[in-house]
Amino acid sequence: MFLIGTNPTEAHPVIGYKMRQAARNGAKMVVCDPRHIDLVDEADYWLRLKPGTDIPLLNGLMHIIIKEGLEDKKFIEERTENYEELKAIVESYTPERVAELTGLSVDDLYAVARLYATTDKAMIFYTLGITEHICGTRNVMSCANLAMLTGHLGRPGTGVCPQRGQNNVQGACDMGALPNVYSGYQAVTVDAAREKHEQAWGASLPNKVGLKIPEMFAAAHDGKVKAMYILGENPVLTDPDANHIRAALEHLEFLVVQELFLTETAQYADVILPAASFAECDGTFSNTERRVQRVRKAIEPIPGQANWQTICQMVTRIGYPMNYDSPKEIWDEMASLSPSMAGINYDRIDQQNSIQWPCPTLEHPGTPVLHVGKFTRGLGSFQPSEHIPPGEMPDAEYPFLLSTGRILQHYNVTTPYSKGISSIWNKEMSELNPVDAEKLGVKTGEQVKVTSRRGEAVTQIKVTDRVLPGVIWMSFHYNATPTNALTSHHLDPITGTGEYKVAAVKIEKL
Amino acid sequence: MKGVMGVELIKLIIDGKEVEAPAGSTVLQAAENAGINIPRLCYDPELSKLGACRLCVVEIEGNRLLPASCVTPVMQGMVVNTESPAVIEARRTILELTIANHPLDCMTCDKMGDCKLAEYAYRYGVKESPFEGEKHDYVIDDSNPFIIRDLNKCILCGACVRACEEMTGADNLSYLNRGFHRKATTAADVPYIDSDCVFCGQCVAVCPTGALTEKTMSGLARRWDIDRVRTTCPFCGTGCNFDLAVKDKKVIGVLSNPDSPVNGRSLCVKGRFGWDYIYNENRLTTPLIKKNGKFEHASWDEAYDLIALKFNEIKDKYGPDSFAALSSARCTNEENFLVQKFSRAVMGTNNVDHCART
Ligand code: SF4
Ligand code: SF4
Ligand code: SF4
Repeated sequence: MFLIGTNPTEAHPVIGYKMRQAARNGAKMVVCDPRHIDLVDEADYWLRLKPGTDIPLLNGLMHIIIKEGLEDKKFIEERTENYEELKAIVESYTPERVAELTGLSVDDLYAVARLYATTDKAMIFYTLGITEHICGTRNVMSCANLAMLTGHLGRPGTGVCPQRGQNNVQGACDMGALPNVYSGYQAVTVDAAREKHEQAWGASLPNKVGLKIPEMFAAAHDGKVKAMYILGENPVLTDPDANHIRAALEHLEFLVVQELFLTETAQYADVILPAASFAECDGTFSNTERRVQRVRKAIEPIPGQANWQTICQMVTRIGYPMNYDSPKEIWDEMASLSPSMAGINYDRIDQQNSIQWPCPTLEHPGTPVLHVGKFTRGLGSFQPSEHIPPGEMPDAEYPFLLSTGRILQHYNVTTPYSKGISSIWNKEMSELNPVDAEKLGVKTGEQVKVTSRRGEAVTQIKVTDRVLPGVIWMSFHYNATPTNALTSHHLDPITGTGEYKVAAVKIEKL
Repeated sequence: MKGVMGVELIKLIIDGKEVEAPAGSTVLQAAENAGINIPRLCYDPELSKLGACRLCVVEIEGNRLLPASCVTPVMQGMVVNTESPAVIEARRTILELTIANHPLDCMTCDKMGDCKLAEYAYRYGVKESPFEGEKHDYVIDDSNPFIIRDLNKCILCGACVRACEEMTGADNLSYLNRGFHRKATTAADVPYIDSDCVFCGQCVAVCPTGALTEKTMSGLARRWDIDRVRTTCPFCGTGCNFDLAVKDKKVIGVLSNPDSPVNGRSLCVKGRFGWDYIYNENRLTTPLIKKNGKFEHASWDEAYDLIALKFNEIKDKYGPDSFAALSSARCTNEENFLVQKFSRAVMGTNNVDHCART
C-alpha cells in the first residue's frame, strides 16, 4: 500500500481501519505525508516530504526504478505509449536532487522504489492531498505513471485508487453533473450522444462545454452568469477563496438554493427550497469503488416531500413537464441512456446489495477491477511532468505555510448539526509545531489570528509535532473559523481545483 | 474429495445428519452451514477465536471431554452431538454461573430482544442461579454522548476488546485485574471520554449483552419494536451500509448490518452517531422567499411561481448561458441526474457542475 496525500483513518475511516489491519497482518505500507497521520504508526516507511513536492518524489522513484531495471518491460511494451518521454523527463530526477527538493533521505528513496517495484500486488492510494494543488492533475498523472511503469494495474490488489471525498462524488460525476458530459461520461460535444439525449428528452441541447465551478463564480462576478440554482452545497464554506465566492453570489440577479439548513451560501438566496435528508429519500449513492448502493427512505420527509419531487415540481412550473413515479423510474431513464450502467436496476441492487459499473447488460455481473487487459482509452499513455512549485510560498510577510484537511469527526457541513458530535468536537483546533508555538508564545487551547493575502480567521491552537515546523494545519468544518477565507486563489489549470493544501499565512497570538 | 477451488471437503455427522465442510473449518461453522445453531457467547465470525465462554461445547464420539466447537476443527468421519444431555447440563451450569453475577433487570434493559445471555437462558430454562455470590457494583460510564457502558452486565466475552483491536485498530480496550475483579475496559480504567476511544462503536455492535448500548436509543425502544431500514452512509465515499433503527416513524439510532458489502459491521463515529443532524431544530421546513433583505415563509406554489418567472425572464433576456447549476456530491444519483437534465434540457446550458473538486 503506497499512500500519498491521503489520511484514511480520518477522511475514510473504515477504509483506514482496514488498511491498518492489512499492515498489521504483514502487508507493507509506505506513507508519503508531511503530517504525522495515524497510519504512520503502522507504516514500514514514512516519507515526510516537504509540502508540494509530490512530483519530484514520484519522478525520483521512477528514476531509480528505471536505473535499476525494475520496470515492467512487458507491460510497458504491450499496454502503454509515450514511455520515451517519461524516461527523458525523470532522467534528471536523481536521488540526490530529489532528496534536496523533498527533504527526504536518498536511502529511503531507494528502499521505497525497490519495495514498490518488486511487490507483486502494490496499490497507490491518494485523495485531496494530491489533487488540491496547483499541479493536482499532474500529481495524479504522476501516480498513474508510477503504476504503469511497474505494471501495477488491472489486476486485483493493484492500481491507482483515488479515494473520493464526499459520499457521492463518484455518483455526481457518473450522473453527468459535469459541464462536459452526460451520465455515463458521454461527451456533450459528440453528436451521437447529444442526439440520443435530445430524442429522449424532447428538447434541443447545447453542444458547447459548460462552465466549471470556479468559472461559474468568475462569470457571476463579471455579470455573465445572472441566475443560479444550487442543490445541497455550501461553496462559501467549502470553496477556496470564500470572499470571492461571496462577492460573486452577491452579483447574481437571482439565486435559488435547495438546502437542509440556512447555510452561509443559502443566506445569499432569493428563494430557498427546504431539502430532505438521506433518511427521508429513496435513491442510490455510488461509492469510491463505483459501487452503486441503495439509499432507503426510513421516515417521512421533514419538509413534506423528497428532493426529487421538489426538483420535478419546480422544473414543471418553469415549463418543462417532468413527471416520475419514483426515484426508481429516474434511475431507469438514466440507465437507458448510459451504456456503462445499462445493466443496473433497483431490483438487482436489492438482490445483490451492490453492483459496480461498468455493467452494460442485465446478465453482466459488474466490474470490481478496471483496466483489466485494456485501458478505457486503449493504450495507457505516460504523461510525465516536471516539478511545479506551489503557486504561493511563505515569504517574509507571510512566513507560515497553511495546509488544510478533514478531521475524523466531521464531514464538511452536516456533522456540525449533529448534537452528539458537536458536543465533543466543537471548535477548530489548528495544529502547530512546538518550535513555532514557543516562538509565538502560544499553548494548546489558546487563540491565534491567521491572516493570508485574502482574508483572516481566528482559531484555537493544538501544539503537536504531527506537523513540521513552519506549517499550520487547519480543517474547514467550523463556521466560527472560516478556513477557506484564507486559502489560495491558485487553481489547477486543468480541473479548476483550488490549491487548498498550500497557502502562505502569518500567525498572531490573540 | 475436492470441493470448489481445490479445498478438501470433510465428511462428518452432526446430530445424525451427514454434513460436508471444507478442511480447516470448525465444528461450529460446519453445524451452522447445516442449519444447526450452536449457542455461543464469545465466538464472533468477524473476530479471532477465543474459546473462552465454553457455551458452544459439543459431544464428539470417542472424546471424553466436551470440546468447544468454535475452536475444534472438523475431521473425517467425526460424529458430533450438539444437544446431548451432557452438553445441555454443561451449558446450564455455565449459564447459571454467569447470571449469578449478572443483574436480572432484563425488564428494563435496552438490549432485551437482542441479548445472547437472555436468549440462551430462555433456551435452557435457566431462571435463577443456585450459586450465591458477590455481585459487582460498577459505576455506569455515561461520560460521552454515544455509548453507555454498564460493566455490571459484562460477561467478559472479550468481543469488545477484540473488535477494538481487530476491526478498528484503536487498541483502546484490554483486560484489567484477575479473578472476580477482572474487567474488560480502557487503559487505566478511565471513562471512554478520557480514553483513546475514537467512538467507532464497534464494541457496541459486537457486545452480546446490555453491557454496551447506544445512548441515543436508551429507553426508547425494545429491539423487537424497531424497524430496520437498510441504507448507505451519507458522510464519506467509503459507502458503508447500515440499518436506520426506526420506532414510531422516527429514527432513533444506527445499527450495524453484517451483510454490508463494504464494511460488514464496522462504521466510524460519523456513520454510527452523526445521523442526528436530521432532527436538528434548525432544519428548514418550508420554502423561504427573501423580501427586503429578509427571509419570509412562503408556500411551495409561491416559491415555484417566483422561480419560474425569474429563471424564464433571465433566460429570455440574457440567453441560456446566463444560468448555471451547482449540483451536489451529497445528494443521490437520481437527484444529480435530474439537476443536469434540468440545466441542459430546460435551461439550455451545460453550465452544470458539482463540488467534486472540494
Ligand atoms: S468505540 Fe471503537 S475505539 Fe472506542 S472502545 Fe469501542 S471499539 Fe474501541
Ligand atoms: S462489554 Fe460486552 S463485549 Fe465486552 S467483554 Fe463485556 S460482554 Fe463482552
Ligand atoms: S461510516 Fe464512516 S467510513 Fe463508513 S461511509 Fe460513513 S463516514 Fe465513511
